[in-house]
This record gives sequence, structure tokens and C-alpha cells, in this order.
Amino acid sequence: MVDTTTAEETAPRLRLTREHIVEIVSDSGEGAQKAGQTFGTVCARMGNGVWTVEIIPAEIQPPARSPAGASGIRIRLASHTVTNMGDEADIVVAFNEQVLYSRIVNGAYKEGTQVLLEDKWRDDKVPEIREQYAKAVAEFRKNGLIVHELPIEKACLEIVPNPRRGKNMFVLGMLCRIYSRDVVLAKGEIANTFKRKGEKVIDINHRLFDAGYQFAKEKLVLDYQVPPQPLEEREGKRFIVTNGNTALGLGVMASGMELVSMYPITPATSASHYLADVYHEVGGFIHQAEDEIAAAGFAIGSSFAGKTACTITSGPGLALKSEMLGLAVMAEVPLVVCLVQRGGPSTGLPTKVEQGDLLAALFGEPGDAPKVVIAAATIEECLHFVVMARRLAETFRTPVILLTDANLATGVQPYQRPEPSLDWLAPPIDQSDWDEHIPPYNWDSETGLSPRPIPGMSGGQYILTGLAHTNHSKVAYDSDSNQHGSNMRSRKFAALASTLKPPVVHGDEEGDLLVVGWGSTLGAIEEAVDRARAEGYKISSLHLRFILPMEPGLKAIFKRFRKIMTVEINYSDDPDAPLITEETRRYAQLAMLLRAHTLIDIDCWSVVYGHPLQPGMIKNVLTKRLEDLQGETPCSD
Amino acid sequence: MFGLKPDWSLEVFERYFTMGDYAGGEARWCPGCGDHAVLTAAQKVLRDEQQRPEMSVCVSGIGCSSRMPHYLGTYGFHGLHGRALPVACGIKSRRPELDVWVATGDGDCFSIGTAHWIHALRYNMDMTLMVFDNAIYGLTKAQTSPTSPQGLKTNTHPFGAILDPHNPLTVTLGVTNVSFVAQVADWNPPLLYETLKAAYRHKGTGFVRIIQRCPVYSDNFSKELQQNPDRFVLLEHQQGIPVDKSVSRQFPNRLEHDPSDLGRAFQLAADSSKMPLGLLYHNPDAQCYEDLSSQGVAMTPEQRLAGFNAVLDRITV
Ligand SMILES: Cc1ncc(C[n+]2csc(CCOP(=O)(O)OP(=O)(O)O)c2C)c(N)n1
Ligand code: SF4
Ligand SMILES: [Mg+2]
Repeated sequence: MVDTTTAEETAPRLRLTREHIVEIVSDSGEGAQKAGQTFGTVCARMGNGVWTVEIIPAEIQPPARSPAGASGIRIRLASHTVTNMGDEADIVVAFNEQVLYSRIVNGAYKEGTQVLLEDKWRDDKVPEIREQYAKAVAEFRKNGLIVHELPIEKACLEIVPNPRRGKNMFVLGMLCRIYSRDVVLAKGEIANTFKRKGEKVIDINHRLFDAGYQFAKEKLVLDYQVPPQPLEEREGKRFIVTNGNTALGLGVMASGMELVSMYPITPATSASHYLADVYHEVGGFIHQAEDEIAAAGFAIGSSFAGKTACTITSGPGLALKSEMLGLAVMAEVPLVVCLVQRGGPSTGLPTKVEQGDLLAALFGEPGDAPKVVIAAATIEECLHFVVMARRLAETFRTPVILLTDANLATGVQPYQRPEPSLDWLAPPIDQSDWDEHIPPYNWDSETGLSPRPIPGMSGGQYILTGLAHTNHSKVAYDSDSNQHGSNMRSRKFAALASTLKPPVVHGDEEGDLLVVGWGSTLGAIEEAVDRARAEGYKISSLHLRFILPMEPGLKAIFKRFRKIMTVEINYSDDPDAPLITEETRRYAQLAMLLRAHTLIDIDCWSVVYGHPLQPGMIKNVLTKRLEDLQGETPCSD
Repeated sequence: MFGLKPDWSLEVFERYFTMGDYAGGEARWCPGCGDHAVLTAAQKVLRDEQQRPEMSVCVSGIGCSSRMPHYLGTYGFHGLHGRALPVACGIKSRRPELDVWVATGDGDCFSIGTAHWIHALRYNMDMTLMVFDNAIYGLTKAQTSPTSPQGLKTNTHPFGAILDPHNPLTVTLGVTNVSFVAQVADWNPPLLYETLKAAYRHKGTGFVRIIQRCPVYSDNFSKELQQNPDRFVLLEHQQGIPVDKSVSRQFPNRLEHDPSDLGRAFQLAADSSKMPLGLLYHNPDAQCYEDLSSQGVAMTPEQRLAGFNAVLDRITV
């Protein structure tokens, strides 16, 4: 953290800092997330770089005041673009002391973190609660947290009869005072949030906000300034603030796809919730199917009929869709699959992040079923990659799987408002006559590409089949037809690869260690690399967006480094664990692919903690691996 | 004569389609297989309705019967075992102007595709749904199907099917928003033709269970029915399937049944002593899902772009 002044409690003093991390944690249903989102939006509108991420309880109906029930939000605000949730928080507002325990276990706080704690539990009528509270406060203090015990609910009682609902806006007022936020802007956001509930509700929330603001002014000595990003970085740009799932929904609309066919599954569903609200404005429709198989089948039917469709799901849904995906590959049906990954296998960790479905996306179907697999690394990419996915699907007559994850899905960030144009959208379907002498799979023998007839085109009648077939789509079991069809279906991806540029290395083009990542870890990896580089380490990183086809030039880039390792959020064996040897070690998923792809002895570090990787954690791993490297010979093939 | 009106004036069609326009590859079913008759009846309906072949799609699953699209001159989609209906519904969702037929087997529809069968009936999208029920798995060589009669010897139950057969008609009639339910046998071509035509003309899902001969694997099942027309009861009604005297005469049991009477239809379907033939239930006014799912299809790209910009404007800070 850049700010090093937080440890001591001093007289009121304005502290200037380049960034800060704030958390609000509570039992679920206490409105922490709404307060935090509003705070984040206000910061974004004032020109700060912002990343907010929800803290989601492990259970749906957790008991009150339990560590497992910790619900809330983290807001990282800075004078620069923020790409990840960062390390430990600087300030945390907590509605009870118990929820803090689970955050402490997750390493969310450090010595000197300011805790603004609801104090009503100190005088609770239940003796155990009083005891728990006193014990926790003592413990927190002993561990270096700076605890401010505050009568938050009591102060709210002066405005509302039930402060459980409403104290969130009080806290928003407190935070706006602590960070000198624009009050008019904040109140405007509040009005916007409650506009459907009417003037009276807006007024009460404004009063709660004012009370919180006043409370912080009188009772707290905390006063931080996080200046906005330099104007030249923002000037002339318009921003939108969304999470990654909303970005997917926006991408669907931007791509001109008219149909999303889905079955609800966490953490993917909220993309469809968002679309359900606005899709009709662009003439689109959400089909909630009876299951994921039907969702995929419905989308494939629409695509076959010329309206390329999208299906949005998560790991267990992908498993059900796999037979349909194989069909789409075999019959070359364009299709966009957004895969918002969660922890697996099986029902796994429904609300938590993992990058565990990379290999399933690539190889989940029986037989050889190549398709485009791409991964968004930022929330903004979630939007633009859907547009790209629809185009790739149609140009290459293929399914495209777009990987995102729970971290992108729930992280909220301002990013540049897209300026869509007509060529982003799918063109109206072609219904002109088809020359009946042209077969439905008129494969170009070099690229494997072929145009497709669409129902309604006279002369184009063909029978799509999932059986092996000739270029006329006639069922064919002979050796040559099957080999040729397989060649053509695979060749398309070499053709696509030939249009890609080698990825850009973050940092120097050569050095001791190159870290390779994919997906949502981009921001955390680059921040870790930057910090290590600032300390003199020769570390660079590379982030892949295309997985199939693989981005070109990797081997040449890798050879300029002594060691290559991937950093991923999926399972791999720790090389030092019992029984793990070079022969038994199971690698992280991208590492496995890159080893096969480059024949280079690529190492990996990956964990399945269920939360996003923090830059500090990554940096420690990298520098440790580098130190181990001293004396080793450079990597070779 | 085609195009020739009773007053001998000539109606000039833009294109006139003959049976040849609806013919695809040569049908490869076994000789004596009931599927041949269904194919011919469907082709005749398409010809008589002058359905433009390029505007028609036949969707199927996997099974002998699911080979049907390959033998038609329309567009076709021969997909996955059990999954014809979601694909058919998807086709219809944003292209409601396309004419959709579904060919599915008893295993395809009533076993692996059960979820889709139920839900597609509820969606009630405008399509002709033909279930070829030979009470056996044909393609995979004689395994028990949900409709195999108890005691039928199959490769999975060589000592005879152990359960009472599933009654697909009562299930179908029980689904909310079901709109057209008929039953026919493949060996009665006039009734088959008229029923498929009525299903085709019905706006909504025209569910037709076709009792189908598989002389290779379930001969006993169909032979017994074929030889005993008194195992059937022919449903007659002004609103039902029009049947010629020569057809009705073949059935000793005939019954006047109003196809708008769902309760009576259910009783007839549940009566295991006699299988109803003809139209059990018809509701021409049931809601069709494509009327909802196709919202906005007519929007131009310019309108979509304007709509998207308006959405963006609301969230721009
Ligand atoms: C997922 C899957 N499971 C099993 C099969 C094997 N299979 C193909 S057709 C079929 C049954 C066909 O029976 P039915 O639907 O009654 O059609 P019929 O051949 O009798 O016309 C089975 C089990 C398959 N193709 N796919
Ligand atoms: S096996 Fe039976 S159902 Fe299949 S084609 Fe032959 S007769 Fe027809
Ligand atoms: Mg069968």
C-alpha cells in the first residue's frame, strides 16, 4: 500500500493518498452492497479509478452475527485505473464484530486497518453477545486493528424506527465525509437508486445520509483525500460503471444478437437479469429454457435459422450443454457461449471464483471438437468480447466459448462507454437464392471456411446432421469423408490463428521470469509484476485472450526468459506436497496446455481458495520462485 | 387439375410444387416399415398445401424415424437423441414464418426427451409434431421403450418388458396449454394424411402419436393391432378429422367425440381397452410462444443501434 500513515491515530489531519480500500461488512440484508455500490459510483463520477467487489456469504440464509454470514462489499478507489480488488483494506465499517472474523481469515485486513464498528452489542441484553463483543474488540485491538466503537444504529433511530434498514445510507454519509465526496452527487445517486420507491423514501434516505455525514464530521478524526485520475486520462471520455455480467449483457446487445437462451445458474444468471430489464429496447428476447440442454438446443435452432444466438451459463451448465456443443462443432453452427466460471467440480463453490473450466471448455465434448475459446481479462472486455465472439462464430461457422468468472461477474468498475456502430451488429439475414450447385459445406480446401445456406434461401435446402457427412451434408461413414470433414473443421482455427498478432509482454521483453495468465487475474498479476520490478526483479508477464487458437509467437517470447510459470485460479499440485514428484505432479490448466504447445518446461502456481488473487500474494510467490531459480540453468526445450 | 379452377380459368402460381420438390434422398428404412407411409403422407400434405420447400424445416432427434429429414426436399436438422424439440422451438423463436415439422421416436420423445416433450407442449409453438411410436428402440436394435407393452421380448428384457407401458396421451393431455392431440396408425393412409394435414393447419403444436409398424423388432405389437381393428375406437366429429366412409367402415368401434372436450379426451386416452384414433383434443386459441419470443424481430439494425445507445446513455456517468 502506498499510504503508510494509517497506523497511528492522530488529531484531525487531511491525509493524501494515491489509493484506499474500504469495506462494509454486515449480516446479509443490511444493505451494505447498495451503500458500497453507490459510494463506488460517486468515486467513479468524481474521476477516481474504482474497483468494487461484493463479499458474498457462504450460505443463503446464514444465522445473524455469524462469520459464515459475512456479506458486504469492498471498494478500492485510487488516483489511477484500478484493475483488481487489491490486498488489505484500510477502512472497514462493520455492523457486528462476528462477520469480521471471516474477513480476517481471508487476510482482508492488516495492522492499522481502521475498524468502524457498531457498538450496540456492547450493551446487548443477551450476556453471551456482550461477552462475544468485548472479547472480539480486545482481540482485534491486540492484533493491531484500530477499532472505533460507534453508535450507528442509535444515531439512525432518530430518523427511522428500524435502523436495520437505513443504516447503510447513514454509513454512506459517513464515508462521503471521510473521503470528502461531492454531497450533491451522492444525493443524486441516492435519488436515482430509490426513484421507483417515491419521494418519501428518497427523503428519508437523504436524511440518513446527512446524519451520517454530520456524525463522521463530529465524531471521527478520519479524513482522507484520494485525488482523481489526471484529467488528461479522462478528458473527452465518457464512462459507464458496470460489473462483468452487465457487461456481457451489454455485449449481447452491442453484437446485435437477438436471442439469449439460458437456464438460471450462479454466478451467470445476473447477466440475464440485466438483459431481461432492457433487452426489449433493442428487440431481443430471453428464453428461460427447461434445462441447459434445451437452452443450448434452442440457441442452436435459432442460429441454424440464421439468427446467431447466445447462451450464458456456468460450469455445471456447460457440462449439460456439451453434447449440444459437439453437435454445433460437427455441423458448424455459429453459437456464442458465455461461461461465467465458478468453483468446481460438481456444485462446488457456486458464488466463488475459479478458472477451473478451461480444459472443459476446450475438450469437454467426446471426439475432436475444436471451437474458438477466448477469455475476457477485464470487465470492459466482457462487453467487447461478446461482439467479437458473434463475429467469429459467424465468420468461422463455429461455436465460440467466452470465458469469464465470478470475479469479473461481480466486480464493478468504470470503463469507457462503447461507441457502437452498425457494423457491430449482426446484419439482417440473407434470404436471396442459393446457387443449388454450391454444397452446404463448400469448404475452401486451404482454410476450411464455407458459407452457409439459411432456411428461406431457395435452392439451399440441406439436412444438417450431427453424423459424419460430406460437403453436401450427406451422411457418410467412409474413411475419407470423416478424415476430410475433421480436417476442414480443424483447419478453420489455423486460418483464424494466422490473423492474430503475438501478444504483448508487460514489462521487459526478456528477463528471469515470465508470468503467464489468462482471464480475470490480469490486473492482480500485472500489479504484482510491477511491484516486483520496482524492487529490481527481472519479471514480466503475458496475458492470453485467445486459448483456441492459441496466440502466435509464444515459444519465441518464452525463450527470452529463464523461467516461465503460469498463475491461475484452479487446482494444481504443490510441488512440495507429499508424494508429489515431477512425474505425479498435476499442473494448472493453462500450464498443461502451454507445456504441450511449446514443449517448454513451464511451471505454475495456482490455488482454489475461492477468492480472487491478491497482488501482494502473487508478488510473494513470484519473488520466492525467482530466488529458488538462482543457480538453476535457463529453461530450454 | 392443378391450378385449374372449376370455371376452367387458370390460376397461375408463381411456382407450382410437385411431390418431387419434397423428395430428398432415397428412404432407407426396412421394407414394411411404417415410417415410409408417414413420409409419403407428410410429403402429400406439403404438396397439397403448396408449402414452399425452402420455408420448411424438418427437425428430428436420433432413431430410425429421425432419419425422416434426409428423405425430404425441405431444410432439415437431424440433431441429437431426444433433443429435436428445443432445436425446433429455437428455429421458430425468431423465424416464426418458417414451417416446422418434428420427427421423433417413442424413445426419443417419451424417454430421453421427456423434459422437452412436456415443455414444448406448453410453449405450443406452431409446428407439426409426429411421434413415431413403434414401442421399441429400432435404431439401436430392440431395446425396451417406455411404450413397449408388458411382456414384449426385447434385448434389454429378453423375458419380456417388466413394466406397464407408459401412456403418452394422458401425459400429453395433462400439459398446460396443450392445443392439439391426435392418434393415428401408419397403416391407415387416409386417416394419417388427414390427421397430419389438420396438425399442419393448426396454429400451435400439432401433436400426433403415430402407432408405427416395426416388422423387424416389434412385429407382435403392431400386428396384433393391425389384425384387430376392434382394439381401436374411431373418433368422429364435425370438428374432428374428416374421414371417408370407406375408412370409418374399417372400424367396428366409432364414437362421436367433441375435440374441445378435454375431460372426455382424457377419459378416452386413459381407457386401455380401446385405443382412440383421430382427434382427441383441439384448442385453436391456445397461446403460442413464438408470438412472444419473436418480439422485436422486425426492428432494423438502425433501430437496434438507437435502442442500445439509449440503454448506454442511462448508465453513462
Ligand atoms: C445421448 C444418446 N444416448 C443414446 C443414443 C443411442 N440411441 C440412438 S437412437 C436410440 C433409441 C431410438 O429409439 P426411438 O426413439 O424409439 O426411435 P426408433 O429407432 O424406434 O424410430 C438410442 C438409445 C444416442 N444416440 N445418444
Ligand atoms: S428397424 Fe424397425 S423402425 Fe427401424 S427402419 Fe426397420 S422397420 Fe423401421
Ligand atoms: Mg421407437
